[in-house]
Amino acid sequence: MEISLTHYLALAAVLFGIGLFGVLTRRNAVGILMSIELMFNAVNINLVAFNRYVTPADFSGQIFSIFVIVVAAAEATVGLAIVLLIYRNFRDIFVDNINLMKW
Amino acid sequence: MDSAIAPYLFYLFSFMIVVSGLLVVTLRDIFHCALFLIICLFSVAGVYVLLGADFIAAVQVLLYVGAIAVLMIFAIMLTAKVSGIGIKQQNEQVPIAIITTVAFVAIALYGLGKTIWNIKTDAVISGDTTMAIGKLLMTTYVVPFEIVSVVLLAALIGAIVIARRN
Repeated sequence: MEISLTHYLALAAVLFGIGLFGVLTRRNAVGILMSIELMFNAVNINLVAFNRYVTPADFSGQIFSIFVIVVAAAEATVGLAIVLLIYRNFRDIFVDNINLMKW
Repeated sequence: MDSAIAPYLFYLFSFMIVVSGLLVVTLRDIFHCALFLIICLFSVAGVYVLLGADFIAAVQVLLYVGAIAVLMIFAIMLTAKVSGIGIKQQNEQVPIAIITTVAFVAIALYGLGKTIWNIKTDAVISGDTTMAIGKLLMTTYVVPFEIVSVVLLAALIGAIVIARRN
């Protein structure tokens, strides 16, 4: 029983699908941000697995996943700041109630 | 990683990732979702250790579990009045979303099963990856490294400006 690259890629695909489901169905803006973090993690598993199995000599996949983590941190910070601002103005963070810009 | 127990650890971490991930997107109490998100992120760090990426695993624990999850819990607590148990947390798109997600995952798994990857296992580097990554970040990848520092600074200032009380 050997764990191959396909196992890791399948795990990442399933995790990405779970995050996609959360983004599509959550009403809470914080819940949507948490689902996006799940999708980021799926992508990072893909990058590190490809680095381990396809280009084991250099670390390009791992370095790229570090950049993904950094950008995810920036995204979470700005996203949660926007959520707090929306909550302060609307007293609500359910995205289907916030339809001020919906024509 | 010891190859005898590595498959079992992989299946254990996969089980924990999938189960806690499903709980993150389906539970009604958003605070419980955040706690299961922490379990999921820890399990992903375990997968990184299985892949021999110990520095990425450490960064995962420090940044995701230590910073982002705590940030999520802060946001949930600051918006606590609308995060109660009695409120519907999912919109009316659940059946369509299930169909879409299952179709996406099925297509992705089908493609993964059909593809022959160009696998090289002869030159696997074992041991410490931190020094190699640090050297690469300071030589080959120094320009992206500096740019991403500016991105972090911009996000920091932007978050303060957005969330500041007037």
